[in-house]
Amino acid sequence: MIYAIASFAILVVMGIVLARAFYGPSVYDRILAVNMFGTKTVLLIAVYGFLTERPEFLDLAIVYALINFIGIVCVLKFIERLNSFDENQDIL
Amino acid sequence: MIFHILSWLFILLGLFFAITGAVGLFKLPDFYTRIHAASVADTSCAALILFGLMLNTGFSLITVKLLLILLLLWFTGPISSHSLVKAARESNLNPILADKEKEHRATD
Repeated sequence: MIYAIASFAILVVMGIVLARAFYGPSVYDRILAVNMFGTKTVLLIAVYGFLTERPEFLDLAIVYALINFIGIVCVLKFIERLNSFDENQDIL
Repeated sequence: MIFHILSWLFILLGLFFAITGAVGLFKLPDFYTRIHAASVADTSCAALILFGLMLNTGFSLITVKLLLILLLLWFTGPISSHSLVKAARESNLNPILADKEKEHRATD
């Protein structure tokens, strides 16, 4: 039963973080929210694997943690490259 | 039996940290304060929930995989936060500072 409570609470947290992703005034707020969303997705996959008693979900959680990290670093590099084109203004 | 109770405690504490971090992300006034709330609460919530899950099974391959997820999140979380703050600082996102005139008038 603790797994059901944990899944529901992590889903609620993901909803709140998604509100910040929509509302955030700068692009860095949105990247931060998506990063946190990805980390909570990893935890949700692990808890869901325990809920349905299938240990294969832990492999998915490992892969998604890596993909999340690489995705955030790639988006940051992209924005840095966009910023270096015009030095006087940024893309807020 | 004691492991069952401890695992409940760890998971509930981790959920408390998660909700605190999310509410802090929503309500704090500035980007730099928000990233502090997000990264600290995120890392500690992951550690507590994964420890709570580890206590439920005996020492097997599942525990090693959970430890691997935990190590990945511990290493990549602060790296992402640091590069995000550095990118935001280099692109002229100024933090909200205290009012400097009020400080000067107070010390006079």
